[in-house]
Amino acid sequence: METKNIMIVGVGGQGTLLTSRVLGGIITKAGYDVKLSEVHGMAQRGGSVVTFVRYGDKVYEPIVEEGQADVLIAFEKLEAKRYAHFLKKDGVLIVNDQEIAPMTVVTGSAKYPENILEDLKKDRKVVAIDAMAEAKKLGNTKCFNVVILGVAAKSMDFTKEQWLEVIEEIVPKKTVEINQKAFIAGFER
Amino acid sequence: MGKTKIMLGNEAIARGAYEAGVKVSAAYPGTPSTEVSENLAKYDEVYAEWSPNEKVAAEVAIGASLSGVRAMVSMKHVGLNVASDPLYTCSYIGVNGGLVVIVADDPGIYSSQNEQDTRMIARAAMLPVLEPSDSEEARVFTVRAFELSEEYDTPVILRTTTRLSHSQGVVNLCGRKDIPDKPYERNMQKNVMMPANAKTRHVFVEQRLKRMAEDASSFDINKVEYNDTSVGVITSGIAYQYVKEAMPSASVLKLGCVHPLPKQLICEFASKVDKLYIVEELEPVIEEQVRSWGIEAAGKEIFTVQGEYSANMIREKLLNEPVSYTVSKDVPARPPILCPGCPHRSVYSVLKKLKIHAAGDIGCYTLGAVAPLNVVDTTVCMGASISVLHGMEKAKGKDYITHWVATIGDSTFLPTGVNSLMNMVYNKATGTVMILDNSTTGMTGHQDHAATGLTLKKEETYAINLYALCRAMGIEHVYEVDAFDIDELEKVVKRETQREAVSVIITKAPCALLKTFVPKGKCHTIPEKCVKCGQCLVPGCPAITRSEDGTVTIDDTMCNGCGLCMKRCKFDAIGFVPNEK
Repeated sequence: METKNIMIVGVGGQGTLLTSRVLGGIITKAGYDVKLSEVHGMAQRGGSVVTFVRYGDKVYEPIVEEGQADVLIAFEKLEAKRYAHFLKKDGVLIVNDQEIAPMTVVTGSAKYPENILEDLKKDRKVVAIDAMAEAKKLGNTKCFNVVILGVAAKSMDFTKEQWLEVIEEIVPKKTVEINQKAFIAGFER
Repeated sequence: MGKTKIMLGNEAIARGAYEAGVKVSAAYPGTPSTEVSENLAKYDEVYAEWSPNEKVAAEVAIGASLSGVRAMVSMKHVGLNVASDPLYTCSYIGVNGGLVVIVADDPGIYSSQNEQDTRMIARAAMLPVLEPSDSEEARVFTVRAFELSEEYDTPVILRTTTRLSHSQGVVNLCGRKDIPDKPYERNMQKNVMMPANAKTRHVFVEQRLKRMAEDASSFDINKVEYNDTSVGVITSGIAYQYVKEAMPSASVLKLGCVHPLPKQLICEFASKVDKLYIVEELEPVIEEQVRSWGIEAAGKEIFTVQGEYSANMIREKLLNEPVSYTVSKDVPARPPILCPGCPHRSVYSVLKKLKIHAAGDIGCYTLGAVAPLNVVDTTVCMGASISVLHGMEKAKGKDYITHWVATIGDSTFLPTGVNSLMNMVYNKATGTVMILDNSTTGMTGHQDHAATGLTLKKEETYAINLYALCRAMGIEHVYEVDAFDIDELEKVVKRETQREAVSVIITKAPCALLKTFVPKGKCHTIPEKCVKCGQCLVPGCPAITRSEDGTVTIDDTMCNGCGLCMKRCKFDAIGFVPNEK
């Protein structure tokens, strides 16, 4: 199998690392070679964060490079715009319809771009979701990241049952039910 | 094949150490090395501790090794500077039980203050260096490092980089080796480094490195992959992965041991390929040695000494196949910031109001340097805030520093800050030191330390009392203030910066990311009372945004209920809803 490239981008603190752990879990279970690369340390404090996931028969470098991503999962709109050039021509962009103003915007030294979704949709396949609203419906805003994963999972090669099983193995016991519900909310949307 | 598991590079290093039978591990947390110790601590068979700094940690490991067990110390690259004193000399002493030093470099400076290359220090200290290129190798090479350490009577450095440490890959799990404790043997000539003995040991160190260099050509961790011999690449570590990705048909000499270099193997490889490249991140350590042997090779005239490499970079530089893509325009930068509910923000908001400069230190609170706080003026290294402030006073006089303070975290004060404070007392300083006590090591992901009351293994222990420690040094004016009590803090800072004596202000409030932290409630705006003055926005809380018409909104999913914005609002336009108990 040709190596598949997935990227997860967002704002430090949004919970992208849990998403990548679930991804790593499901890929390993399926028996593929896999490499994931994460950001720890300073950038996790509200900065722009990226996680790379690559899997296939044999994976060398752990990072996805410009023009290579099959799936780009963006937890925030501005980050979708920042990393859009990492997508392949026929790659899919999953974007959470949420705005988090960077400090450069809060202090007025920069402006948050308008019409991000419309612009992104012009020349690529975009799936947008308001994951926070979905999570609120489920009564727990913290699980919005798993809602996004559920949406993104439709662009990958694993079954719903496989996903639910891995979620059960990875998230803390007390949160299994809500996270599985969140996944289904995204997956069956 | 046995069991496999997907692991971070750092987790795999810990696994390797466990399998190698390591008994004692010591470390001070530092990105990107922290997870090595955190994972090693999970094995019951291993004693693992957080030491107050890397020098202490290295000495703990040296002691354990001399006593006859396998021992390990881990640190980030700049931690090696702190640990250099014991390590340079331990190179002379050698080992009894195997001694491995894990050092994590940070090409690209993701979470550090510089981009130094550990291999340069290893060469100066005459210590061997192994460099894995993925998680599985991280495990295997760690085991190998212990074996080589005992075989050659030397501490061995295992060098990793951020990309390797924080990448996950599939790891084969093996069992723990049964390594019997060696007896301790008194050996003054070897273990007491006074001049006469050290002179003899220096000869040994030189011979040891020569012998290792000769043997290295047959080390199983140095591998040659012959393919198309028109192009040959010498590489190591994570750079190997980029080479394989971009140039699958090239011949590759992959060095697992990057110091000392296997000269014979390199000469042989060089003679069989038409064009030789050397691909190594950071400094031209391999390149300069290879060239010094009269071998023609291209390296840093093509590649940079800064940052990380990538397959695309190799495609562009070596294959002349630049990858073209269009980057989105007008995307505002998103630098890291203090979190909502962070006590550092509250302290800095007071300093900003009083127009006080801060000599800063290493930790989350370094972010007080950037807009909108703009309070921190200097950041050098762990503990430097206090001594830099002292130097300023001695240079410009005590009046000059009445609008200065030193700001340092609790977990940075204990490693080296405490020495600097001692120096202020001893040398009659009058400066004000603020210890921003958030009860944890925040930036690296919440590790305990000597003042939190818990060990790395999460056992309860005596918590060093920072107030009592400062008082015991003879400092009369030590004050503990709630970090969010901005009125009291303002009063104390104003008073103490004017005082002609050393004072210490300990601001207290836990990090909002601690698992034990429970927000007291959430803040919200009361639009009808808001006059759009923007005072709530001054400290730069990411949960608060202002729309174009000046209306302020507080994001209730982000707010941690610290109430700083509410205290700053003079119009009661911010309300507070306490959390249900």
